[in-house]
Formats: sequence, structure tokens, C-alpha cells
Amino acid sequence: MAEKKNLPKTRKKIKKFSLQRNLTIVGFLILPLLLLIIFTYVPLFDTVRYSFYRWDGYGDKVYVGFENYEILMKEPNYFSAFKSSIYYFIGSIVQIIIAMYFATVFFYKLKGKTFFKGVLFFPYLLNGVAIGFVFLYFFKDRGGALNSILQMFGVSESSLPLWLGDVTLVNISLTFVSVWRYMGQNMVMFCGATQSISGDLFEAAEIDGAGRWQQFLYIMLPNMRAIISLNLILAVKGAISVYEIPYIMTKGTGGSMTFVIKTLATAFTDKKIGLACAMGVVLLILVMIITVVQKRFIEGKEED
Amino acid sequence: MDLREEKNLKYYISNTIRYAILIFSSLIIIAPLLIILFGAFKTNKELLTTGPLTTPENWMNFDNFKVAWEKGRMATGFINTAIILVISLAATIMTGTMTAYVLSRFKFRGRNLIKFLFLVASLIPSITMQMSIFQIIVGMGVYNTRIATILLFAGTDIISIYIFMQFLDGIPYTLDEAAIVDGASFPRIFMQIIIPLLKPAIVTVIIIKGIGFYNEFYIPDLYMKDKSLRVISTSLYAFKGPFGTQWEVICAACIITMIPTLIIFLLLQKHIYSGLTMGSVKG
Repeated sequence: MAEKKNLPKTRKKIKKFSLQRNLTIVGFLILPLLLLIIFTYVPLFDTVRYSFYRWDGYGDKVYVGFENYEILMKEPNYFSAFKSSIYYFIGSIVQIIIAMYFATVFFYKLKGKTFFKGVLFFPYLLNGVAIGFVFLYFFKDRGGALNSILQMFGVSESSLPLWLGDVTLVNISLTFVSVWRYMGQNMVMFCGATQSISGDLFEAAEIDGAGRWQQFLYIMLPNMRAIISLNLILAVKGAISVYEIPYIMTKGTGGSMTFVIKTLATAFTDKKIGLACAMGVVLLILVMIITVVQKRFIEGKEED
Repeated sequence: MDLREEKNLKYYISNTIRYAILIFSSLIIIAPLLIILFGAFKTNKELLTTGPLTTPENWMNFDNFKVAWEKGRMATGFINTAIILVISLAATIMTGTMTAYVLSRFKFRGRNLIKFLFLVASLIPSITMQMSIFQIIVGMGVYNTRIATILLFAGTDIISIYIFMQFLDGIPYTLDEAAIVDGASFPRIFMQIIIPLLKPAIVTVIIIKGIGFYNEFYIPDLYMKDKSLRVISTSLYAFKGPFGTQWEVICAACIITMIPTLIIFLLLQKHIYSGLTMGSVKG
């Protein structure tokens, strides 16, 4: 009898409990989701919508269909901003190779490991504006640091090029800054990946007389395939959306224009919001394609 | 030469090469920074007459730091950065832990959709949507206020959520259950049991995000045009105009900006490495 009497009470308790549970779910998620929607999904939707309008950001919007996309196709100076991406992409490949080398070096016992790893990684943490100034000074034409170093080795000043003023060199110089800044990040990620490989494999290899190069080739490389391909994809994404360093150092002048700087200039200097949004959509589509390829690539590789 | 000696010689040579490469690479990293440090202690005349690799005459010459600090209004920059950093970090930790808690402890309809929304958001380069975000910020009436930047920093992201969820998976659910039996509500469990146990993950996220916020340039540059609202990045950038030829002052300003980063790095090196690798495993 007593049990039966208790039953409705228990039910009530359960009901109260599930109400509390639902309230918690909603209450905890409402703020994070609102921020996500307002500052990511609404802008995403708006960017696509505005790309079909002619608009200066203040006055009336005029619907123009695909006109903005046609402008992008017709006028070569928009898409040509992707040219500089090639430099950054090649730079990233070099950067990944260097990072792999150091990750392998740091895998084994080494005197001064903490120091070297710290030094090589440190630029990644530095303020981008400070890095911009450091290298504006480094590449300066008269009395610049690089020129002084080269003069020490007997190169005459007059034969030295303008590192940031020469159309053929500026992207190489800026790519160097990018590699200088980001190599350490790749390195630390690779270091993390090498640590998760079982030490037994290396011991066995050592006993079998495998050298370090062979250990790298047959143990490390296969085990790091996923993280390497992830970094390669990130390199492509990074290369098409570069902006900070060139924006700070050269503002995209003298052949150093990138697609993102061009987009931002179109929006905030030329006040062509619609056209800039169309550029944003183009970049978004490119990034999405790369992401899908990445998913396919990594998942496909893991299956075999 | 017997086999062992040959092996030793080989080891010796490869070891030497290894160190040569390490030292050379470290020099490439350090040299540009060291040159800036030298410049920061030189007088204008000294800077123009000596080479950049020459050490300064007087290492106690702090004039450039003074000029940079005062004329460059760097104190304002640091104060604004500190205000934005503290509020944004508190907010992002709150949104991140709450999201991760709900996603890891409750099964409900829409759970996977929410995860998916955060995942997709991380793939979109937000820089390409600034035109639209700008309209929203202006529409909300927070343009040219610190709130604009704070709002854009306050949300959470998939990497933070993954880091928190990874930790939450390690906290046994029996702890929650025991508290439920004792009559504790979910918000109370979250505040009194989960948050204290999440501390290591919170520290990791604070470090990674904090460095990102400190270094962020474009968002404060775009949304806080007012001089009095400059953060450290934008007040440093402002040296580009009026101090364009006074490199010794710019050098000092760069050093001032980089010192906090160096201190944080020296103190929290291990946390930073593990935070980076943690974030990259799933992202």
C-alpha cells in the first residue's frame, strides 16, 4: 500500500527532474548559441544576400543579380590577387618540411632541447603588428638589418635589391616572414604527434639496426600521415586567406596584394559592400571545397 | 677501423651537423628580434650612424621607451587590452564550459546539430564576413565601443569545446549522480563539481585564447577607431604614421609589446605546447 501511495510522488519527482534537465539544457545553451548565430550564421547568410546587391553600406541597396560576380570574372585585378597565394603556399610546404625535421630531431634525446624548441616556437606567440615592424626594419632598404648582414659578407650595398619594394621579391620576403612566424606551430603539432607513437616500435627498429632516417621513413612518417595531411590542407587554406602580415607591412602595395586585403579594401575603402561580399562568397566556396577534399582525403586514407 | 669506431664517427658527424642546423635556425629567429632590441636602446643619431648589428653605446638609455610609452599612449593600449582580455576570457570560458557540459552530460534532440554548427563555424574564415559583421555591430549600436570587440571574442569555438569535453569525459558520471541523489540542481553541480575539476582545461583555453586576444589586430582596428579605445596592437600600429622615421622609438614600442608575451611563454611553456597539440588532434 505504502509503495502505491508513493508512486505519484515519484512520478512528480521525475517530472520535476526532467523539467529541470530541459531548463538546464536550454539555459546553458542559449547564450553560446545566440553568439554563434548572431556573429557567424547571420553574417554568413547576409554575405551571400548582399553579394546580389549594389550597396555602399549606408544608402539604399539595389538588387543587381549576378552583376558583382560578373565584375569579378571580367576584371582581372580581383582574381589576380590570388597570385601571391602561390608564394605563401610554397612557403608553407617548405615550412612543413622544416617543422618535420625539427620534430624528428626533438623526438630523440638532445642537449638543449627545451631551449632550441622554445626559440623556434616563440615567434608564433608574438604580436603580428610587432612582427610586421621587426621585418620592416629587417628588410629596410638603407641601413636595414639584412643588408648590413649581407655587407658583412662582402656584398656591396648597390647590388642589393629592395626586399619589399621590388615586385618580384616582395612576396618572397613576406612569405619568409610567414614561415618565420608559423613554423614553430607546425613543429609543436608534429612533436605532439610523434610522442603518441609507441616507443616499442623504435626500440625494435633500433635492435634491428635501423638508422634514424629509416626510423623516420618507416615509423614516423606513416604514423603522422593524418596530421601532415591536415597541415597541408591548412596550408592551402592559409595561403588563399593571407592578410595580416602583408596588410601591416605593405598594405598590399607593390605586387603584394592578397585576395583578403583586396576584399577588405573593396568593402571599407571603395565602399562596394556588395562586390566585397561576392568576393567573400568566392573565398568561402574555395575554403569549403578544400575542406570537403580534406575530409575525403583523410577518411579515405584511414580506411586502408 | 672497426665497426664500432665507424659508428661512433658517424654519430659524431651527424650530431655536429644537427647542432649546426639548430644553432643556425635559432640565429635566424633571434637575429631580427635582437636587432630591434639594440635599436630600442640607441639614440636617433646613433641609430643612423651605426650598423643595426652594433650594440648600443648605453644599455641604460630608456629614453625611447619613455617616448614610446607616453607619446604612443601605450598605457591606454595596455589598459584597454586588459579590460577586453579579462571580460572576454571570462565570457568565452563561460560559454565554452556551459556548451561542453550540456553536450557531454545530456542526450537530447538537436545535440549533434549543435556540434555540427560549431564545427562548420570553425571552418569559415571570419575575416571574409567582416562586411556583414560590421553592419550587425553598427546596427546593435556598439560600434566604436569595447563591447564590439568583447562580443566578437565572447563566443566559444569547436576547439575549446573539444578540449573541455575531453576533460569532462574523464570526470566520472557517478560524481554527478551522487550529487543528484543529494538533491543538487544541475547548475549547482556545474558550478561546484564540474568547474573546479575542469580547472586544467580552463587554464589551457585561457592561455591559448588569451594569447590570441592579446595579438588580435584586425577586429580592434575595424571596430574601435577612437584613439582612446586603442588596444596594444592598434596603438603599436599607430606608430607607423607619426613615428615613421624614428625607428628607435618603434623598436622600443615593439619590445614593450613583446615583453608580456615572453614572460607568459617562459612561465607557461609546457601548458602552451600541450594546449596547442590538444587543440590540433581533433580540429
